[in-house]
Amino acid sequence: MADPMRIRAQASGDKATVRVLMSHEMESGQRKDGNGKTIPAWHIQDVTATLNGKTVMTAEWGPAVSKNPFLQFTIKGAKAGDKVGITWKDNKGDSRTDEATIS
Amino acid sequence: MKKILIVFGLIGACAAAFAQKSSTDSIAEYRAMLQDGNPAELFEAKGEDLWKQKRGPKNASLEQCDLGKGPGVVKGAWVELPRYFADAARVQDLESRLVTCMQTLQGFNADEIVKTPFGSGEQSNVTALATWISAESKGMKFKLSQSHIEERKMYEVGKRLFFMRGGSHDFACATCHSQDDKRIRLQDLPNLTKNPGAGNGFGAWPAYRVSNGQMWGAQLRLNDCYRQQRFPYPLFGSEATIALGVYMGVNGLGGEATAPAIKR
Repeated sequence: MADPMRIRAQASGDKATVRVLMSHEMESGQRKDGNGKTIPAWHIQDVTATLNGKTVMTAEWGPAVSKNPFLQFTIKGAKAGDKVGITWKDNKGDSRTDEATIS
Repeated sequence: MKKILIVFGLIGACAAAFAQKSSTDSIAEYRAMLQDGNPAELFEAKGEDLWKQKRGPKNASLEQCDLGKGPGVVKGAWVELPRYFADAARVQDLESRLVTCMQTLQGFNADEIVKTPFGSGEQSNVTALATWISAESKGMKFKLSQSHIEERKMYEVGKRLFFMRGGSHDFACATCHSQDDKRIRLQDLPNLTKNPGAGNGFGAWPAYRVSNGQMWGAQLRLNDCYRQQRFPYPLFGSEATIALGVYMGVNGLGGEATAPAIKR
């Protein structure tokens, strides 16, 4: 089971800034362990952001994204009290969804 | 001719403006940008959870752990550590104190935790706990006690270790950290013998290291300093690392606790 994300969302004017910190190893598949064996790739592949259940953004991520990635984006037309949901899926099929309320 | 001179004059002025922003300023800017998304927050959340969770052979939480300000008091505990603990009959820093609590309250085997490599098993839990506990004292000022004789002794031991040269490179902590405004490559080297360096340096760990994506506690930081000096590891919770903690913490008296920080 993956660790929770930290989501902060703040409205200003007709926009809301969303900042997400995800907990993930993001192993690139390019590294070798102490015995010279390749460490298999293990990273987030799909990221979906929703506003009150409606998808507002999708992203495809690869092995070049850092460990414990940080994501920031703005949603137009979002107001305080709206719910922002973030879901990620990794290449091993694991996934995690967290939700935050815009303040 | 006059026109050309004016143009040159302007270029000169621009160059001077650029030169004013030093590389250390740029690094400070870069850190400030990263601070917003400091992954240390993930470890804070994990640590807070671990503190309250019933774990170990005794199936107990750490909520009765005495970090020096009474059982269960977390806020402000970190800026007064390391300190002397009568129940353990020695001076302990945050991480070694946590291991004592994990043994007495939760029934874990302290010797086994001490031997576990950094970043794995219960050691990673100790780091997460230390991250959360230090974060609870963020912005507070260091006020380490020197009232007990053992605390004063540890300060003197730490001071000697700090200046002790040895190893294949004839190196001491003081070789890099006893002068102002020095740096290695692009990293500022804090002068740990006085403030502001001592407070800044000591007050920043536990910290998240961007370059390897690891959360490092003060114990790992000091052990790695010894590795860089080509000394043998003093190991987790050793008297040497705790004495150095007392030395830096007392030198940093009144300095601000910024941990958990983000480092290169």
